[in-house]
Amino acid sequence: MKIVVCIKQVPDSDKVTIDRATNRLNRAGVPAVMNPFDENALEVALRLKDAVPGSTVTVVSMGPPQAEAVVREAIARGATDGVLVSGREFGGADTWATGYTLALAIRKLGPADLVLFGKQATDGDTAQVGPGIAHHLGLPVLTYAKAVEALPGGKALKVVRATEDGHEEWEVDLPCALTVVKEAGELRIGSLKSKMAAKKAQIPVWGVAELEPDPELIGLKGSPTRVTKVFAPPIKTNRVHLEGTPAEQAEKLVALLAERHLV
Amino acid sequence: MNEIWVFAEQREGALQSVSCELLSEGRELAAKSGYELCALLLSENGAALAPELFAHGAKKVYAMDAPQFAFYQNDFWSAAVRQAVEARKPEILLFGATSIGRSLAPTVAAALHTGLTADCTHLDIDMNKYLDFLRTGSTLKVDDMKWKMEDINLKMTRPAFGGHLLATIICPRFRPCMSTVRPGVMKKAPFDEAKAAACKTTLFDVKLDDERLKTKVLEVVKEARNIVDLLGAEVIVSVGQGIANDPQKGIALAQELADVLGGVVGASRAVVDAGWITADHQVGQTGKTVRPKIYIALGISGAIQHKAGMQDSELIIAVNKNALAPIFEVADYGITGDLWKVVPMMIDAAKAAKGV
Repeated sequence: MKIVVCIKQVPDSDKVTIDRATNRLNRAGVPAVMNPFDENALEVALRLKDAVPGSTVTVVSMGPPQAEAVVREAIARGATDGVLVSGREFGGADTWATGYTLALAIRKLGPADLVLFGKQATDGDTAQVGPGIAHHLGLPVLTYAKAVEALPGGKALKVVRATEDGHEEWEVDLPCALTVVKEAGELRIGSLKSKMAAKKAQIPVWGVAELEPDPELIGLKGSPTRVTKVFAPPIKTNRVHLEGTPAEQAEKLVALLAERHLV
Repeated sequence: MNEIWVFAEQREGALQSVSCELLSEGRELAAKSGYELCALLLSENGAALAPELFAHGAKKVYAMDAPQFAFYQNDFWSAAVRQAVEARKPEILLFGATSIGRSLAPTVAAALHTGLTADCTHLDIDMNKYLDFLRTGSTLKVDDMKWKMEDINLKMTRPAFGGHLLATIICPRFRPCMSTVRPGVMKKAPFDEAKAAACKTTLFDVKLDDERLKTKVLEVVKEARNIVDLLGAEVIVSVGQGIANDPQKGIALAQELADVLGGVVGASRAVVDAGWITADHQVGQTGKTVRPKIYIALGISGAIQHKAGMQDSELIIAVNKNALAPIFEVADYGITGDLWKVVPMMIDAAKAAKGV
């Protein structure tokens, strides 16, 4: 099975803070990691690779040059190889332009049986790029996959999809695309062999020359949506700290709730 | 006439609440813009569900009836939405950010080559209303800034950078302008009997190609246990890492306090990840966004992805032994203290106040 996994390098969201003086993000020194849900997607790919002999797992990432680190990390965990899509022209892309660009890269890799995505990236949180790419590639897509199994015959997959109140079991023909949730599998550590391979791996960087995109459809220029304002939510000014012993604090609180007819 | 469309999401013939919430919001947008509010309904029998859509403000219901719409299947549903949009060309198209909406909307947006903004918490067409929102909802010095007052693009505001900040996004060059909104974010207006009765559904033809179908659903399983209704709760008592010393006791205390106050138990991501409680209780960026009357955070530090899911609650109370915990930034009432001591006292005091 030829499997492609899209991965994204994101800031480690637990470590980002706001500078309240300027109301801007403190970006300096925040470590960059592989988007957590993409780790789960990669694990799904690696399990299928183990189950179906002769399979390959290629990762694709779109980002600035330093995003090469997550491609290399994926190889260290067991991916066969990877590609970084990078170039100034791609910068500022919204989910539509990102999907268009990544679809070009995936198509350039040759026909894939399965394209995998994490449910959403923790910096943008839109969950839009996966289904968008599936559309550009003409692939059926199932979202929220929590279990994926290759069916005998190599032509279809059985997928368990998580829903708000339970789950669904689906059969989907290959080629197809899936977005994956955390339950689908925790990413393995990687063997000594794959770590060595990652050290030596040559990771091509594909820019506009390699992908030959329509220049009107990439980057900020190609983005249908545009951010007009970024701002901080207001700070609550009438916050009250309740002092005293636990009993006193509890009494004060309940009295305040009673005043508001909430108790 | 420019139209605002709300995708009316039905599951097994039951209309999802988020669609009525969006129609209620859509009514405001339509009133300010002069656009007409319509619902797009994919189902087996649209006429049965249409009255409820009219009752919540739809002026028109475009119903696409087909047996293939009994169950959500992305290929068919996205093809149908695309056909309807290409025929009628609405200005705006809104979806609930449910497991269906979050899959269907991006597929449709890619196919229509238009912009989609996810998880919007605020929508405005009229610039005056938008500026009013910014005056109370942001730290911007609105009246010192220059604005294009004639701008009638839909201004879609959503949390950005993991919820630290908010961003307003527009889609100036393409139509329809698409947006998803999480359940529970917009207020649902009351059911208007008179409007429900005065309904006229427009049946819309849909062409579906069975040949194209590459996915087949084999089985649908509903969880046997009761899923907690966080979105409908007026009071949520949430637990975080602070209960680590005795998670089950912590959850039991939260449940007892919730029972006294008429609410339900919520949890932070850490508590769910640790396996102490099931995922349906999770509040936060990858859980649910809630806006109850009262949100009580017990032993929750207030990581940004948690705050993003509850910071718009009407009244927020936090108990944490760390006086510097970020949760206190959003709490109306803060208690620095040991939750194991404070919460039993809260339960007793609340029971006393109720005369129990």
